Amino acid sequence: MKPGTRLKSAVCDTEVMVIRCGDGAIQCGGVTMGETKPEVAENPSADHANGSLMGKRYVDAAGAYELLCVKPGKGSLSVDGVALVTKDAKPLPASD
Amino acid sequence: MNIALLLEMAAEAAPDRIGLVCDGKRWSYVQLLAAARGAVELIEASGASHVALLDESSEAAVIALFGAGLAGVPYCPLNYRLADADLAGLLDRIAPALIVGDVARVEKLSQGKGHKTFARADFVAGAIGAAVPEGREYDEGVGIAVQLFTSGTTAAPKAAILRHSNLLSYILGTVEFAGADEADAALVCVPPYHIAGISALMSSIYAQRRIVMLPAFAPESWLKLAEAEGVTNAFVVPTMLARIIDTLDKGHSANIASLRAISYGGGKMPLEIIQRALELFPSTGFTNAYGLTETSSTVALLGPGEHRDAHGSDDPKARARLASVGIPLPTVEIEIRDEDGNCCATGEAGEIYVRGDQVSGEYKEKSALTADGWFPTRDAGYLDEEGYLFLSGRADDVIVRGGENMSPGEIEDVLLTHPDIADAAAVAIPSVEWGEAVGIAVVVRDGQPQPPEAELKELIRARLRSSRVPDKVLFVSELPYNEMGKLLRREVKVLLAN
Repeated sequence: MKPGTRLKSAVCDTEVMVIRCGDGAIQCGGVTMGETKPEVAENPSADHANGSLMGKRYVDAAGAYELLCVKPGKGSLSVDGVALVTKDAKPLPASD
Repeated sequence: MNIALLLEMAAEAAPDRIGLVCDGKRWSYVQLLAAARGAVELIEASGASHVALLDESSEAAVIALFGAGLAGVPYCPLNYRLADADLAGLLDRIAPALIVGDVARVEKLSQGKGHKTFARADFVAGAIGAAVPEGREYDEGVGIAVQLFTSGTTAAPKAAILRHSNLLSYILGTVEFAGADEADAALVCVPPYHIAGISALMSSIYAQRRIVMLPAFAPESWLKLAEAEGVTNAFVVPTMLARIIDTLDKGHSANIASLRAISYGGGKMPLEIIQRALELFPSTGFTNAYGLTETSSTVALLGPGEHRDAHGSDDPKARARLASVGIPLPTVEIEIRDEDGNCCATGEAGEIYVRGDQVSGEYKEKSALTADGWFPTRDAGYLDEEGYLFLSGRADDVIVRGGENMSPGEIEDVLLTHPDIADAAAVAIPSVEWGEAVGIAVVVRDGQPQPPEAELKELIRARLRSSRVPDKVLFVSELPYNEMGKLLRREVKVLLAN
């Protein structure tokens, strides 16, 4: 997987752009995401159904993974089963 | 990742929201994206190696920027104010290009180079009308998104290149997606060939802040458009702010109560202008932005709270911050280094080095980055004890008198404290004895008497030291500035030489 890869959820409408990643499995709704969508949507895990938000960046605790949500959906994002969290930077004043 | 992602996301989340207003025409995000995709067909059919804009700002700048991005061809807006000979050289360097704007000038200056030209209206109509094949794929965005020629004060202009990754890391790191309210609008009046003109388009689109374009600046039209469109944000260069204030002071009335935020940059802001602006617009937040083409725009900023704190403070140190460019962005590192490459102590001036994902530091000819990724900006400056960055001119502007380095800024700051001096520039002049010596060009305030040369020399001797005292003093009616408010020191040198 390389930065810039666009991954689609197997369970919902979620799509992410990979900004940074390691070798783990990037998942949405508990199911590994892929560059194409499966013909039939899989069932999301109840533990990973909090949704994804458009334009939010999702990171892991170690800072090895960063995903940009480019299409929102019902499944939530995780890596190897560990939920990712939104990266909340202090908003900067518009400078240009 | 492709910079077009910014427009794609806005079009996905708010397809019908108005993203751009120019010459009375309104464009939704989905219309802009469709036009950019149509432009790809024109670009591919032309076989061009660059997409150039030789024109003032308009919707064509947005369509060409993102269209070029999607096509995987560098977007290269050109300075239409350049003299024919200089422009001809640049046109030859980007051949064969698809060029939007002044068709007659391209034909006159760069004939037979394989350029494909479009007048602005033809390009826009062609992009809207192009047949886009179903399921078409676009460039991945691993290469160059934007190529900008530097102004080339000392040698031939350098082609600075910004990759998709540089620009995207700047926008994603500093702008909250859809962070603007639907009523928000940004007045953009920077030339399209300037980095601030490009970053303004990208950051406003990603924030979903409506862009209100003013292709040619005049204070009256700026105020009129700000009022008519309920503009909330604006970026200005120092000269523009000075002229807006002057127009208001002369009694021109405009209701610009909607104007919540003004950011400025591009050249040194005179202290009296920003102080006057803070008084004239008491509820507006001011932001000073410092950045370079090679750093994808802003790397440090002084925010609204810091402006008000400095303005309202009795502490000289806090007040001085009004002249600083603030603190580095959280995503950027800044160091001050001396000539041997060692880090300078707090308060000690040296060359500003910048590092971060948004920093390209790359020219078409070669990269200027150090082995560990730092970009030497050639700007001189220092950091104070709380990490605020102060600029003291270009490293190349330093005057070296008998081995002693002097910053023109410190001499100019002292001259500006004289009540009869409106503007001042200090530059190096040749000296048989010292190699270089100080020459100053000063502008006397309207209606004030010209102070004796000896008085100015004594002022500098008393406040600085004798080595800073100018060998030559020239009184001029005005100093030469470029359209971004940058003092043209080379021209000052010419004035002093004659």
